[in-house]
Amino acid sequence: MSVQALRAGALATAVTAPSSALAGWGVNLPEGVTSISNTIYDIHMWVFWICVAIGVGVFLAILWSVLAYRHSKGAKPAHFHENTTVELIWTVIPFLILIMMAIPATGTLVDMYDTSDAEMEIKVTGYQWRWQYEYMDEDISFFSSADTPRDAERNLIKKTEDYKYSVDNPLVLPVDTKIRFLITSNDVIHSWWVPEFGWKQDAIPGFINKNWAKIEEPGTYYGLCAELCGQGHSDMPIEVKAVPKDDYREWVAEQTGEDG
Amino acid sequence: MSAVADAHAADHHDHGPAKGIGRWLFTTNHKDIGTMYLVFSFAMFLAGGAMAMIIRAELFQPGLQMVEPAFFNQMTTMHGLVMIFGAVMPAFVGLANWMIPLMVGAPDMALPRMNNWSFWLLVTGSLILMSTLFMDGGAPNFGWTAYAPLSTTYGPDSTTFFIFSVHILGISSIMGAINVIATIINMRAPGMTLMKMPMFVWTWLITAFLLIAVLPVLAGAVTMLLMDIHFGTAFFDAAGGGDPVLYQHIFWFFGHPEVYILILPAFGIISQIIPTFSRKPLFGYTSMVYATAAIAILSFLVWSHHMFTVGLPLPGELFFMYATMIIAVPTGVKIFNWITTMFRGSISFETPMLFAIGFVVLFTVGGLSGVMLAIAPADFQYHDTYFVVAHFHYVLIPGAIYGIFASVYYWLPKWSGRMYSEALGKAHFWLSFIGLNIAFFPMHFLGLAGMPRRYADYPIQFANFNQVSTIGAFLFGASQLLLVFIVYKAVKSGPKADAKPWDGAEGLEWTVPSPAPYHTFEQPPRVD
Repeated sequence: MSVQALRAGALATAVTAPSSALAGWGVNLPEGVTSISNTIYDIHMWVFWICVAIGVGVFLAILWSVLAYRHSKGAKPAHFHENTTVELIWTVIPFLILIMMAIPATGTLVDMYDTSDAEMEIKVTGYQWRWQYEYMDEDISFFSSADTPRDAERNLIKKTEDYKYSVDNPLVLPVDTKIRFLITSNDVIHSWWVPEFGWKQDAIPGFINKNWAKIEEPGTYYGLCAELCGQGHSDMPIEVKAVPKDDYREWVAEQTGEDG
Repeated sequence: MSAVADAHAADHHDHGPAKGIGRWLFTTNHKDIGTMYLVFSFAMFLAGGAMAMIIRAELFQPGLQMVEPAFFNQMTTMHGLVMIFGAVMPAFVGLANWMIPLMVGAPDMALPRMNNWSFWLLVTGSLILMSTLFMDGGAPNFGWTAYAPLSTTYGPDSTTFFIFSVHILGISSIMGAINVIATIINMRAPGMTLMKMPMFVWTWLITAFLLIAVLPVLAGAVTMLLMDIHFGTAFFDAAGGGDPVLYQHIFWFFGHPEVYILILPAFGIISQIIPTFSRKPLFGYTSMVYATAAIAILSFLVWSHHMFTVGLPLPGELFFMYATMIIAVPTGVKIFNWITTMFRGSISFETPMLFAIGFVVLFTVGGLSGVMLAIAPADFQYHDTYFVVAHFHYVLIPGAIYGIFASVYYWLPKWSGRMYSEALGKAHFWLSFIGLNIAFFPMHFLGLAGMPRRYADYPIQFANFNQVSTIGAFLFGASQLLLVFIVYKAVKSGPKADAKPWDGAEGLEWTVPSPAPYHTFEQPPRVD
C-alpha cells in the first residue's frame, strides 16, 4: 500500500480535523510537524477508516437482523447453527486485514527506533514536578516549570489560552535538525510528550530512553506529562519553541555568554 | 443403588435455610452465597460509581473546584480497584455460584465450606481496602496499576493496607476459581459431556483457570512492593540496582489476562441470552468454545502492549504488536457468531436481550479502538490518554457490566420467583445506553486531541468535551439507582414467574421451579 493511498485517506478527514491545536472541539490527532508524526497520523487514519468500515458492516448486519426477524412480526426462526465455510471465511479475512495494518506500522516503528546520525542531543530529566533540559553539545542546562498562576487554577482570575501549558523556561530547538532526546527521571516515572512530534517516551529512573525528532516548521508546541507521577502530574507541561537555525545559534550564544 | 440414594435423601427432607443472621454467616448453600455475592458486589458498584461521580464533577470545568489533586488521584485509584476487585469479579462469582450448579445439574458447589470462606474473605479484603480512605495520608493514590516507585518510595502509608487487601481478595478469588473448576469437572449431570455444557459454564471454566494462573503473579508483584517499602529490598528501586520496568512486566502479566477475566464470563452470558430471545440455537458453539480458549491463551502473550512507551527494544515492540492484533481474530469470530445467531431468528426485545444487543454493538466499538491501540507506532500518541480511558470503558461497561445486568434480568425470575417490570427494565437499558455513550464517546476525542488520563485539571481546549462527558456520566450513574428499585419492586411485589419464563430458553436451570428451591438436583438429572 502506497504512501499516496495513506495520504488520500488522511485528506478525506481534513474536513473534520481541527484547524488549530487549541480548538475547543478538537476530535483528532494533530498531523504534527515532523515526518514521523505525519506518518503516524497517516497510519492512524488508515487504521481508523478500516475500523469504521468494519464497524459499519457489523452494525448494518445487526440492524438488518433486528428489523427483519422480529418475533412480533411473526418471524419463524430458522434452525441452522453451523457452517464451516462461513466460519473459515470470517477467520481468514480479518487476518488479512490485520496484515494490511501491520505492514505500514512495522515500517514506521523501524523509523522511530532509528536514532542514529543525530545532529544534536537533548537530555530530558523528569522531576516531581518539572522538567530539566540539558543540551549535551552546549554548556546549557535549565529547569522548566509550569507558570500557570495559582489564582487561575482557583478560578479567581480568567484562564488564558495557554492555561496549564505555559512554562517559565521553554525548550528552544532548531528546525531541520535531527535531534536525539535522552529521557530519564530523577524520582518517579514521568512521560515526556509533545503530540506535534508524534510520540511520548517514558522517563524512568535508572533508564535512559531514546527517541528523536526533526522539526520541520518553526513554532511553539505544547505537551504534557503522560504518566501519573503524583499530585502535580498535571502541573509539569512542556513548551517547545522551534526556531530557524540562525536564531537558534544566536540563542545558544546568548545563553552561554550569560553563563560565562 | 438408586434405591439407597432415595432412602438417604428421604432422611433429610427438611433442610430449609437456617433462621436469622446465622443463615447468612454460616451458610454453605450456593444460592445463599450467590445472593450475598451479588448484593455485595452491587453495593461496591455503587461505591465505585460514587467515586466516578466525584472524578467527573471535578472535571466538569478546567480549574480546581471540588477536590484537590491529591484526593482526585485517590479517587481514580480507588474507583479502578473497587470496580475491578469489588464489583465485577465478585458479581461474576455470584452468578457462577447461583447458576453453575443449576446449569450442570449439581446439588451445590463442590466445596461448599470453602465457598462460604471465600465470600467472607471478599468482604474482609474489601473493607480493608475501603478503610484506607480514612487513614492518615489518604488512600492509595498511584493508580490501580500501582507503578513503582510512585507506590513504594513515594506512596502513602496506607499502601501496606492496600497490599494486604489485594492478598486477601486474591485468595478469595482463587478459592472461588478452584470451586468453579472442581464443580464443573466433577459434578456435571450424567450425559453432560464437556461439549454439551452451556456457554456460560464453558467461559467460567476458562476464566477460573486464568484466575488461578495470574492472581499469584499479582500477589508476587505486590509482595515485592511490600518488601521494597518495609524490608529494604530494591526490586524496583533503580538506586539499589532494581528495575522499575520489571514491576510493569510482572503487573501486566497479571493485568492482561485479568482483562479477560472481566470479560469472558460476560461472553458466556451473552451466548446464553441471544439464542433464547432469537429462538434459535447459538451459531457455531464449537468455534465459540475454541475462540474463548484462544483468547485466554493469547492473553498471556500480549502484556507489553500496555508498555509500548517504556523503551522496549524494537523486536519486543513488534512481537507484542502482532500478538495483540491477532486477538482481534477470535474476538471477531465471537461477534460474527452472535450476529449470525440473530440472523433469521425470531427476535423479541425483553430487557436481557436489549442489554445483550447493546453489548454486541458497544463491545464492537471498544474492540475496534483496541485494534487501533494495538498499532504500536500510533500508540506512542494514544498511550495514557483519554483515548485509552474511552477504549477500556467501552469494553468493560458494555462488556462486563451489561453482561451482569443482562443476567440479572434474565435469571431474576429463577432466583426470586417473580418478574421485574418490563417497562422499567427497558427504561433502565435506554438510560444506561444513552448515558454511557454521552459519557464515554467524547473521551475518544479528548484523548486524540491530547488530554492525558489521570489529570485533575486540564488546558481549556479540553473543556467542552469534558463538560459533555460529565453530563453523560451523571445520567449513567443516576440510572443505576433505577436497578435497585426495579429489583426491590420485583422481589417484593412482582407477578409470579413460571419455571421457564422465556419461551425460547433452554437448559437445566429452567427445569426447576421458580423460585429455585433451597436444594435442587439432589437426584442428578439425565442429559441426552
